[in-house]
Amino acid sequence: MSAGEARSIVVVGAGQAAAQALQSLRQGGFTGSLTLVGDESALPYQRPPLSKAYMKGEFEEERLYFKPSAWYQEQKIELLLGTRVPKIDRAGQQIHLGHGGHIAYDYLILATGSRPRPLPVRGADLDGVHDLRTLADVERLSPRMVAGRRMVIIGAGYIGLEAAAVARQMGLEVTVLEMAPRVLARVTSPILSEFYAAEHRRQGVTILTGAQLSRLDGENGSVTAAVLADGTRLAAEIVLSAIGILPNEELARKAGIACFNGILVDRDARTSDPHVFAAGDCASRPLVHFGRSGRLESVHNAIEQGKLAAAAILGLPRPAEDCPWFWSDQYDLKLQIAGLSQGYDTHVIRGDPASRKFAVFYLKGGTLIAVDAVNSPPEFLASKKLIMSGAKLASGVLSDTSTPMKDIAAQATA
Amino acid sequence: MAKIIFINHDGTERTIEAKNGMSVMEVAVNNSVPGIDADCGGACACATCHVYVDQAFLAKAGEQQEMEKSMLDFAENVRPNSRLSCQIKVIDALEGLRVTTPESQH
Repeated sequence: MSAGEARSIVVVGAGQAAAQALQSLRQGGFTGSLTLVGDESALPYQRPPLSKAYMKGEFEEERLYFKPSAWYQEQKIELLLGTRVPKIDRAGQQIHLGHGGHIAYDYLILATGSRPRPLPVRGADLDGVHDLRTLADVERLSPRMVAGRRMVIIGAGYIGLEAAAVARQMGLEVTVLEMAPRVLARVTSPILSEFYAAEHRRQGVTILTGAQLSRLDGENGSVTAAVLADGTRLAAEIVLSAIGILPNEELARKAGIACFNGILVDRDARTSDPHVFAAGDCASRPLVHFGRSGRLESVHNAIEQGKLAAAAILGLPRPAEDCPWFWSDQYDLKLQIAGLSQGYDTHVIRGDPASRKFAVFYLKGGTLIAVDAVNSPPEFLASKKLIMSGAKLASGVLSDTSTPMKDIAAQATA
Repeated sequence: MAKIIFINHDGTERTIEAKNGMSVMEVAVNNSVPGIDADCGGACACATCHVYVDQAFLAKAGEQQEMEKSMLDFAENVRPNSRLSCQIKVIDALEGLRVTTPESQH
């Protein structure tokens, strides 16, 4: 069977990539049987607000849903929620369902996402120790976030810092522990790390870098303190583990599909089995513009790979691959990131960090590869174009705030 | 509640009863109005929910924040009545609001 003749497509996982694949398949004209299998009970929903506005209780659950339930009926999409998939039978082209039974597929899209990296210390299973990944996680955590309580957050990545900002705004006493010498060490430059650490401290968060968590202590099954390797003891009613995620690749690996820190896919999101695609956090993809492969943990990536998989299955032209982009909201700071900064040789600061409105550009061989833009949408949006154009930029151009970003981009890409 | 009329780039009209407090973007996405991507889900981070608001409703649609203004500056085919639909909250005063969606957000 060639692409475009599929009768049955099954999507496993119910996050951003899955939601996009369903929409793109129906928009692309697929009229056959379409089934979504997800292990959570909620309709497919957006995760970014879980560590931001939703965590603060600013809106109700329904507003997290990508689509209302009526949409799935209209689109004739069968939803199997609260359902695990223990096994793929590739030879028989079917998936097994956790509660028994199986579903046949012509094409399978794995959008299994990722899960929080488990906290590798004693006491991690105590009551009061939380992850932040799912709606259920927020439902457990939110009611406990009461002003005056002490919260220790393990990990100063984006999730940890966003949660710290929310917790402070809710009046908790917050300490963030980071193993690395600086916050956001894995994802950004020392300039941004310093800026965000200073901001959190100004807001009253205690940040301990180079901190090695040794164990969590508890009483009667509930956490009471985080203890560091140097003996420091931090009393806490709430501990949030935010030390990164692991791709959910086991289902694919057990089925003999090639994996290496993620399910390996080609440019069309196709795995080593031509009838199986993978999209989102779980997939390791070619990052063509950056000359390497890897996983991207982002909304943009999930949307793009959902579209790529749908197009490839339907035999439609490959959608354009956009510049990777990310965002993070902390306090009144909107950080917008374009590109991937790993391997930069030069950085340029535009604007003054003290004004809370500035950007850091990352260049490699005179070409822009990434930007961190704080409260600076023009720098972010212009950079998306500049990065993908591969244009060479003369030194001094990016830091010259008297020339608008729009003009800089127009001149460089002319 | 307010009735919002979405006009497709080809002129097709659709009237949707919208709840107060929702954004115009959410109303469009929930009802599969074409032409709006809203990749970031309403965080004012992506500029892919660009619409044209009927002149008569521009003032009632609320003032643009600095963030939205600078995002819109980079959208395609911007006009004086351009808005990001994630930044327009539905209120009673928007009864009869006419919003035109572009052919594409890119």
